[in-house]
Amino acid sequence: MIPELGHFSLVIAGVLSLFTALVGLSGSRNSLLQRSVVSMTVGQFALTLLSFSALVWSFATDDFSVAYVANNSNSLMPWYYKVSATWGAHEGSFLLWILITSGWMLALCLRGHQYPTSFFTKVLGIMALLNLGFICFSLFTSNPFLRLIPMTPVDGADLNPLLQDFGLIVHPPLLYMGYVGLAVPFAFAVAGLLEGQVDSAWARWSRTWTNMAWAFLTAGITLGSWWAYYELGWGGWWFWDPVENASFMPWLAATALVHSLSVTEKRGTFKSWTLLLAITGFSFSLLGAFIVRSGVLTSVHSFAVDPERGMYILIFLALVVGGSLTLYALRAGQNSTQVAYSFLSREFFMLINNLILIVALAVVLWGTMAPIGYEAVTGGRISIGTPFFNRFFVPLGLVLAIALAVLPLLNWKRTKAEALRPAGISLLIAAVFAVLIWFVLDPTSVVVATAVGLGAWVVISHGADLYKRLRKGTTLPMAYVGMTLAHVGFSVCMIGIAITATQSEESDVRMAPQGSVMLAGQRVTFLGVVEVQGPNYSAQQGVFLVEPESTGSYELRAEKRRYFAGNNVMTEAGIQAGLLADTYVSLGEPLADGAWAVRLHYKPLVRWVWLGALLMALGGIIAIFDRRYRSLRVRDTKVIGAVAQS
Amino acid sequence: MNPKRKQRLYLTVFLLLVSAGVTGLLILVSGENMNMFYPPADVVAGKIPPEQKVRAGGMVLDGSVVRSETSLAVEFQLTDHKGAVFPVAYSGILPDLFREGQGILVEGEMDAQGVFQAEEVLAKHDENYMPPELLDIDMQAKPNAYKAMPSIDPRAAKGDAL
Amino acid sequence: MSRASLFVPLGIFIGILALGYVGFSLDARNQLPSALLGKPFPEFSAPLLLEPEVQITKADLLGQPALVNVWATWCPTCKSEHEQLMYIASATDVLMVGVDYKDRPAQAIQWLQQYGNPYDYVIDDRDGSLGIELGVYGAPETFLLNAAGEVVYKRVGDINIRIWENELLPRFKALEVEVITQAEALQGQPTVGSGAGQ
Repeated sequence: MIPELGHFSLVIAGVLSLFTALVGLSGSRNSLLQRSVVSMTVGQFALTLLSFSALVWSFATDDFSVAYVANNSNSLMPWYYKVSATWGAHEGSFLLWILITSGWMLALCLRGHQYPTSFFTKVLGIMALLNLGFICFSLFTSNPFLRLIPMTPVDGADLNPLLQDFGLIVHPPLLYMGYVGLAVPFAFAVAGLLEGQVDSAWARWSRTWTNMAWAFLTAGITLGSWWAYYELGWGGWWFWDPVENASFMPWLAATALVHSLSVTEKRGTFKSWTLLLAITGFSFSLLGAFIVRSGVLTSVHSFAVDPERGMYILIFLALVVGGSLTLYALRAGQNSTQVAYSFLSREFFMLINNLILIVALAVVLWGTMAPIGYEAVTGGRISIGTPFFNRFFVPLGLVLAIALAVLPLLNWKRTKAEALRPAGISLLIAAVFAVLIWFVLDPTSVVVATAVGLGAWVVISHGADLYKRLRKGTTLPMAYVGMTLAHVGFSVCMIGIAITATQSEESDVRMAPQGSVMLAGQRVTFLGVVEVQGPNYSAQQGVFLVEPESTGSYELRAEKRRYFAGNNVMTEAGIQAGLLADTYVSLGEPLADGAWAVRLHYKPLVRWVWLGALLMALGGIIAIFDRRYRSLRVRDTKVIGAVAQS
Repeated sequence: MNPKRKQRLYLTVFLLLVSAGVTGLLILVSGENMNMFYPPADVVAGKIPPEQKVRAGGMVLDGSVVRSETSLAVEFQLTDHKGAVFPVAYSGILPDLFREGQGILVEGEMDAQGVFQAEEVLAKHDENYMPPELLDIDMQAKPNAYKAMPSIDPRAAKGDAL
Repeated sequence: MSRASLFVPLGIFIGILALGYVGFSLDARNQLPSALLGKPFPEFSAPLLLEPEVQITKADLLGQPALVNVWATWCPTCKSEHEQLMYIASATDVLMVGVDYKDRPAQAIQWLQQYGNPYDYVIDDRDGSLGIELGVYGAPETFLLNAAGEVVYKRVGDINIRIWENELLPRFKALEVEVITQAEALQGQPTVGSGAGQ
């Protein structure tokens, strides 16, 4: 009964979202109808939550009569993996996607009083229309509640062992919060175009939501990268895989949007551009869903290939994105205001920042889609590898860092050249630092030293600006704190990438028991292999003793697991994590005489990559708590809007 | 021209230049960095240009895997089960799912002796993964992860929730 | 920027969409016929599940049409097609051969006791070696062999009423397998089937 209840509530939620969309977009001024949009949204959330809970319940109680449960769970799995298996494959993860969409709509309702009613009902109407599309997709092509009756399996087929992991419990929900969160700025953009209201107030409303979605997306991608690092056993943290690219593209667009919105809010300009970015961000979320779920591009992450699903998403994409871009083409010109600014101004540097991010987006898009285009034209198969992306991302990252370092000194509108003098001083300090690094890390490339130097420059110039403000004794606005944190996060991430990409040591070796090898000044001794039993797997565990020159020694355990249900083999790496470096061991295959093929990595500063990204996400969240976003009443915003326009 | 219009003009010209430059670079760099894929028949026919990094693929021929006693060097043969067979040499750790009969991809160069020197051996972490480049090769194991084909092996193409 | 430039994003999007569509139609190549089609079934020798001391070889499958079904207890879809197989076993005189693929024998025997055994022979392929010979993608998979042991049809996925009527029945007729009647065949329609697609 419970699965049927879940199925039924999803159907009702779909009906409610249809009505919400109809009423919301009808533009009716009837206050009863307008209020009904809010209650229907609340109802829709309750129903999708019920539906999702029903699926979780089916997993938790091992109801293998539900086909999706039977295919993705097993009675031997620990309870927490049973629960997280709910979003372990296509059908359930899409139900989570729907739940999150409804969740964002509910959150919008909580702050609905801040926005003009007709604008707000349109926003909800657009969100409901999107959710209707998602719910129909789930019901017609990927229903998770289908039963296997009367031939109910005794036990399930087990969840892919790679996904039986903490990373999977948190990574998809966070990522989807980001993907779907971008629907809010999208809806704001479309509603703004429909209402003809795109001004500073509009930008201020949109910023809170954009920052939140962006922060979730950042955290989600970071977690995914961390998961790939420790779970795939290859020691890499980014593979330029189509699915990773699919999450990176909306992130780049959203990052550009976060910055462009600040110009629109503060200066009332860049309007068409901001609107376009808001539409683009969510479009790439949808394009990502298409790439991942249609099987057009095969990757390590892809879901089961299904042409019907792919076609549905492609049509949905055409309608949603095509429709909103047409609306944009017809309406965006109406709002244009021209505000003059000089080349040495914050506006211009924001433009540079946006340009870099959009070029980066174009690079990723090209690298992801080119194999399809090539095959369509010539029939031959190609792959585009990491070198292609690196060729672009290294210079782009460096230029972005320069823009970032100068930014704190720039005023809106125009800046006197003398005002930039502190930047020269901090650059000098950073350069000295870079030269020192150059000598310490010798032999290394100029690019690495440059990256480290520029990273340091960004940190120093932001630090100096912070110091200046603190000395004046002014209270720091949260938006400023958030921005500083995010920019420092960017530098930390960039330095981490530069160092770990070039200074890592990796070796694949044959190790006999008691044999040892040297890895980055540490002696690694292979003590042998022991058998261990997990709840639903048995494993061979390789035990390694690592003896660094200076500090104490420690043990690392790497496993080769065999899962019972499908006889799957999986590698579990042994990692000694450290802020300065990771030591990483994974088992290859057994060789003759008790020897094993072993993969050893020494990865300096690899944690900085994720730490930096998390700082960025944290910065995005902190900025939301700025006073000016707090409880604005409609009449206030009207005044502010009027002021900004004058 | 008033200053605003002038600024606008500069901006437009600037944007046009940047987009033209980026497009040119994209084409150029992707041309340099793309790896052509060769099926076994093309490899045997000698179509791989020497000293150029390419991808090749096929099924691991049964009984062809020879591991060195003392190092991680391994040699095996890839086939399309239609008569084309070529040798591959690799040194390092093979993926978990590398085994005889499995479809795999190798990336590397062809040496003068006609042995493919692989720098990388790829197999998906999913037993039923068929590298997309291999789809056209008529092999015994067939990828067909369509809805018509419901449950696959549990390791199956159900994929990860990412 | 001029009005016309506002249409540029729409143009780019249409380009991307077209590329997505093209990639999508390219993907149709995934549906390839099996290399085994029209070729002889591979030689093999494997023990029977229910009589482990008996070895079965390809010779045992020759002389009459045979339906070789690869299944396992860990495979939920195998469960959903089981009823249809039971029906085929009862309605035709085709030789039914099960290949118990990468499975635990005790569980498999219990399954056959519980749900019925449609097979004339059940091959114990616990290490999956026969499966590899057959190029098995997953379970369930089904091969139809003619009396000479050549593969005339292969199905990846479950055998449901639709497959039975549209794919198997015409081929059974062509191979002159005795099938009771069309009307009775329709009664064998299993009640599930729809749920199996996921």
